[in-house]
Amino acid sequence: MSDLAIELRGIDKSFGPVHANKNINLSVHKGTIHGIIGENGAGKSTLMSILYGFYQADAGKIFVNGDEITIRDPNVAIAAGIGMVHQHFMLVDNFTVLENVMLGAEENAILNRGIVNARAELKHLEDEYALEVDPDAVIEELPVGLQQRVEILKALYRGADILILDEPTGVLTPAEADHLFRILEQLRDQGKTIILITHKLREIMAITDEVSVMRRGEMVATRKTSETNVEELAELMVGRRVLLRVEKGPADVKDVKLSVDGLTVRDNRGVVMVDNVSFEVRAGEIVGIAGVAGNGQSELLQAITGIRRAESGTVLLSDKPIDVTGDADPQDLRKRGLAHVPEDRHHMGLVLTFEENENAILGYHYDDEYLNGPMLKLDAIRSHAASSAEKYDIRPPDVRLKTSNFSGGNQQKIVLAREMERDPAVLVIGQPTRGVDVGAIEFIHKRIIEMRDAGKAVLLVSVELDEIRSLSDRILVMFAGRVVGERTPEATEGELGLLMAGVEEEQEAAQ
Amino acid sequence: MDYFQIILVTLEATIRLSVPLIFAALAGLYSERSGVFDIGLEGKMLAAAFAGGAAAAVYGSAFIGLAAAILISVALAMVHAFASITQRGNQIVSGVAINFIALGSTVILGQAWFQQGGRTPQLGEGSRFEAIRLPLTDTLEDVPVIGPIYENLISEHFLLTYLAFALVPFTWWVLYRTRFGLRLRAVGENPGAVDTAGISVTQMRYLGVLCCGILCGFAGAYLSMAVAAGFVKGMTAGKGFIALAALIFAKWKPVNVMLACLLFGFLDALAILLQGQELPVVGEVPVQFMQALPYVLTVILLAGFIGKAIPPKAGGQPYVKER
Amino acid sequence: MSVPYAKLPLWVEYGLIPLINLVVAFLVAGLVVLLVGESPIRAATLLVQGAFGYGEGLGFTLYYATNFIFTGLAVAVAFHCGLFNIGGEGQAYIGGLGVAIVALALDGIFPWFLTLPFAILAGALFGAAWAFIPGYLQAKRGSHVVITTIMFNFIASSVMVYMLVEVLKPIGSMAPQTETFLPGAHIPTLDWLLGIFGLDIGGAPFNLTFVIALVAAFLVWLLIWRTRLGFEIRTMGASPTAARYAGIKEVRIIIITMLISGGLAGMMALNPIMGDQDRLQLDFVAGAGFVGIAVALMGRSHPVGIIPAAILFGMLYQGGAEIAFEMPEISRDMITIIQGLVILFAGALENMFRPAITTFFATLSGAGRRSEATAAGE
Repeated sequence: MSDLAIELRGIDKSFGPVHANKNINLSVHKGTIHGIIGENGAGKSTLMSILYGFYQADAGKIFVNGDEITIRDPNVAIAAGIGMVHQHFMLVDNFTVLENVMLGAEENAILNRGIVNARAELKHLEDEYALEVDPDAVIEELPVGLQQRVEILKALYRGADILILDEPTGVLTPAEADHLFRILEQLRDQGKTIILITHKLREIMAITDEVSVMRRGEMVATRKTSETNVEELAELMVGRRVLLRVEKGPADVKDVKLSVDGLTVRDNRGVVMVDNVSFEVRAGEIVGIAGVAGNGQSELLQAITGIRRAESGTVLLSDKPIDVTGDADPQDLRKRGLAHVPEDRHHMGLVLTFEENENAILGYHYDDEYLNGPMLKLDAIRSHAASSAEKYDIRPPDVRLKTSNFSGGNQQKIVLAREMERDPAVLVIGQPTRGVDVGAIEFIHKRIIEMRDAGKAVLLVSVELDEIRSLSDRILVMFAGRVVGERTPEATEGELGLLMAGVEEEQEAAQ
Repeated sequence: MDYFQIILVTLEATIRLSVPLIFAALAGLYSERSGVFDIGLEGKMLAAAFAGGAAAAVYGSAFIGLAAAILISVALAMVHAFASITQRGNQIVSGVAINFIALGSTVILGQAWFQQGGRTPQLGEGSRFEAIRLPLTDTLEDVPVIGPIYENLISEHFLLTYLAFALVPFTWWVLYRTRFGLRLRAVGENPGAVDTAGISVTQMRYLGVLCCGILCGFAGAYLSMAVAAGFVKGMTAGKGFIALAALIFAKWKPVNVMLACLLFGFLDALAILLQGQELPVVGEVPVQFMQALPYVLTVILLAGFIGKAIPPKAGGQPYVKER
Repeated sequence: MSVPYAKLPLWVEYGLIPLINLVVAFLVAGLVVLLVGESPIRAATLLVQGAFGYGEGLGFTLYYATNFIFTGLAVAVAFHCGLFNIGGEGQAYIGGLGVAIVALALDGIFPWFLTLPFAILAGALFGAAWAFIPGYLQAKRGSHVVITTIMFNFIASSVMVYMLVEVLKPIGSMAPQTETFLPGAHIPTLDWLLGIFGLDIGGAPFNLTFVIALVAAFLVWLLIWRTRLGFEIRTMGASPTAARYAGIKEVRIIIITMLISGGLAGMMALNPIMGDQDRLQLDFVAGAGFVGIAVALMGRSHPVGIIPAAILFGMLYQGGAEIAFEMPEISRDMITIIQGLVILFAGALENMFRPAITTFFATLSGAGRRSEATAAGE
C-alpha cells in the first residue's frame, strides 16, 4: 500500500486559449493536511475540480490510495472516497440540513427508513467530529459557518476519507475560520486526508503539514510547512517577476480629488465586503489597491462609481459628496468628471454584441455631442470612435465591427479610450490589463501614467502585484474588506505579499 | 330550487371543473419543480384530449384512449425537454410553439380522420369513462342532508376524478418522501448541488418533464373522455393557462395546488350559476368578471401584494456547468 | 490572439439560418399534409397561387400581413429590451376598444382622414395602457412579464366580451358587436396601388393601414437604431449590468419599452376594425398577437426581417384559405401548425443548426479568416 492518498501525474487542462493547468504533479500523504496555495487564477480550483470529476483533464493520471482511476464524474470521486467542499456552497437553500446531506446518497427510493438512518448517521458524525448542527434547520436560515459545516458533513456522510476544501475561509469570520481549523485538525487526527486550497499564507502556516505552491497554471514547489516560512512562500507564489519597465517621473501631487471615508459595503448575500475603508486620492497621483481578488476591491469600486449601494460612509468627488448610500447615478458621476474603467469589461464595460462605435459612447450617450434631440448623431459617434481608434491604436480600425470580434487588448483599449478621452478629474480603473496581450499592456500602462501626469487623480485596482508596483505612487493593500496597510512602490514583493495574505495585519493587531 | 340544492349543485360543478386543472397544475408542478418552465400545458392537454377521443372512438376502449392521450402528451413534453434541456433553448418560446402545434394539428387531423368539423365521433358506453356509483349511495339516498351530499359530492364521479384527488397526496408524498422527489426539488433550486452530488441534472429534468407529460395526458383524457363524450376543437379553452395560474397561486406546493384549483373551479361554477342572476346589493355580477378573476388574482399575487410567489430558483435557466 | 467569437457573414446570420429554420418547419408541416393524405407539393402550389396568383389573393395576403407587421414589431421592440411580451393579443384587443370609441364618436363628424389620426392615437394609447401594468410590475416588483402578459390576455378577453355584450352593443341587437361605422371612420382601400400593376383587388380589404404599418416599421427601426432611447433599450436587453454601469435607468426603460410594445400591438386594431369590418367585433384579433411572436423570431427582431416574415404569414393565412377550399382536409388551422413549427425551429431550437453552419463557414473560409484574425489580434 502506498502512503499517498492522492497522486497526480502530468495533469494538463485548457479551457479554449486559457491553459489552466500545465503538467501538474502532486503527492498528498495520507493523514495530513496538505495546503495548495497560489494567487487567483493560478489554477488551484481547476485542479481540484479535475480531481473531483467535475472536469476531465486533457492529459495526465490520477492515483487514489495507490490505484490509478479515471474520474469521469463526481460519482467516481465519491466512490473513491473523495469529498469536496466548494467555494460557493453546493447546497439547496430551501432544504433542511438533513435533506442536503442525503441528496444523492439516499439509501432507497422511498425515504422513510433512509431518513431515520441518515438522521442517526448524521448524529453519529456530529458526535464523532464535534460538528453540531440541527438536522432540521433550513439552510438559508443558517449562518455561513454552519452552512459550511453542512458541506463537510455531506462529504463525511458519503464516507469521504479525502476532503478537499476550496477557499473555505473566504466567507467566514476569523472566529469561524479558527473553529474550522480545529475541526480540520481533528479530522486529520482521526485519519482523514485534507487538501486545503487557499491564497492566505496565514492559514497555510497555521494548520497545514505540507504545502504546494501553484503559479500561473504550474506547480512550482512543494514544502514541508515546518521547513518553510511565509517569506519564501510569498515569493514562490508571486514569483520573481521582472518589473515591467514603465517610464515614470516623480508625481506632482495637488488637491484631493477623491476622498473615501468609512465606507462599508455588503454584497448580495449580506456579507460585509468593504469594511470601514478610508483613503484619499489626489490630483496627479496614482493610488494602487493591491490584494488578492475577492477581498472587497470589486465592491469598493462599484460603490464609489454608483453601481452598488454602500451601507455607510461618505465619498467626496472634487469636494462634493457622492450619494453612495442612496441613489448615486453613474451618469451624473460621469458628468461630474468620474471616469470608470470597470474590472469586468465583458459584462460591464462593453456590450459585446454592439458595434465598436456604440461601445465608444456607452455611458456617454447622453452627451449633446452625440445627440440631436432624441436622435443619435451617427456621424459624430462614428467619427469620434474612429479618432479614438486611431489615437489608441485599436485594431482593426473598423468602427462598425461587432465588439466581440476584437481581441481582449483591443476591447480594453475601446473602454480606456472612452473613459480617458473626456478629461475626467478622477479616473477609477479596475484590472486594466486582465486578459490583455503583452503589447497592449505596455500601451495601457503608458496611458495611465500620462493621465497622472496630466493632473488626474487615478485610483487603480489590480490583482497583478507587479502592475500595482510599477504604476502606483502609493500602494494600499486590501485584505478581508479592510485596508491593512499603505506602502510605497519601493516595498518588496515579499512585504506586500504578506500584507495581501493577511499575515502582517495579524502581527500589527497582536502588538 | 332551495339553497341547499343550489349549493350542492355548485359544489359538484366545482369538483367537475377543477379536475382538469388539478391534473394540469400538478403536471406543471413536476416540470417546474425540476427547473423547466412550461407554458405549454394547454397544448399538451389539448393534444391529449384529441388523441384520447380519437383512439377511444376507433378502438372502442376508454383505456386505449387514455394510453393514447398520455402517449401524445409525453411526445410533446419530450419536444419541450429536448428544446429546453438538451438544446438549452428558450423555455417560454418552446412552450408557445407546442401550444400552437397542438392547436393546429388537433383540428387538421381530426377533420382528416373523422370529417366532423374537428370533432371526434361521439363516444359510446365502454369507450368513455363513466361515473362510478360508490357503495352505500343507494342506502344513504333517503337520509336527509348526508344522502344528497354523499351522492353528489362523494359518489357519482369518474375514475379520473378520484385519481386526480388521489394524486394530490401522492404528489406530496413523492415530492417530500421519496428519493426522486428530493432530487427533483433540488434540481429546480440548485442544479449545481445535484451535479456535484453525482446525479445527472439532464436526467432529472427529463424525468420531471416526463411526469408533466403523463399528467397532462390525464387532464386531456378527462376532458374528451369523461366530462364530454368526444373531442371538440379547442376544448381546453384556456384551462392550461388557468392551471398555470393555479400553480403559481399555489406557490408550487401540491396541497395548495388542489386548493387553488378548487378555488378557480368554484369561481367557474359560480360564474355559471350567477349568469343572469340579480344579487342583493351588488346587482348582477357580469359572468366575465368571474371568468377573469383567477387571472386577476394571480397577477395580484405575482405583484407581491398577497404573499409572494417565489418560483423554483433555477427555473427557466438551462444548466451550464460553472467554470 | 484568436478571435473569441466566430463571426458569420451577415447573409448567413440574417438570411441562411432563418431560411433553414423555415425550410425545416415547412418540411415538418409537409409531413402533416402527407399524414392527412394530400400532396404537400400541390398544397404548396395552391398556397403560393392563392396568396400571390391574382389581385384579390394578393390583397388579402397584404391585409393579413398588415396585422402581423404591427404585432411582430410589438414583440420585437420588447425583445430588444430582453422582455418577452406574449400579451400582444390582449393589447391589440384592448387597442380595438380605443379605435372603436374614436370611430363611434367621430364617424359622423369628421371625414376619415381626420378621424384616422385620433383612431391611431387611441389604439396605441389603449394598447399601451394594457401593457403598462405588466411592464410596471416587471420593473418595480419583478413579476415575470411573460406570466403577467398571458394573464392579461385572458383578462382582456373578458373585459372585451363584457364591453361588447353589455356596453357597446346597440340596443335591440343580438350580435355582440358595435354599430357599423359611418364612412367617416372607414379607412380606404389601396385598390389603386394594386391597380398600377394591373391587378384587381376585388373584395380584399387591403387598405391604407398597410402604409401606416410600413411607417411604423420605419419608425421602430429609427427608434431602435437611431435614437438615444433605442440605444438604451438595446443596452438593457443585451447586458443589464452594462446598462447599470452606463447609468441607464432600468425601471424607466422597461416601462417605456412595454408602453411602446403595447402601443404597436394596439395599432393593429385599425386594420380589421376601420379597414375591413367597420365595427368592433368579438375576437377580431384572431391570434394575430401570437403570430407576432413567430414573425419577430423569424425576422430576427429587425423591421427589415419582420416585413417579409409578416408577408409570409399573410401568405399562409390567405393561401391557407385557398388550400382549404381545394383540399377540405386542410383547413386554415394548418397555419397554426406552421406558426408553431416556425416558433419552435426559429426560436427554441435556433441553435440546433447553428454549430454545424458555423463550422462549415469556418472551414470554408479558414485560411482567409485566420490572417484577418491575426491582424485583429496584434
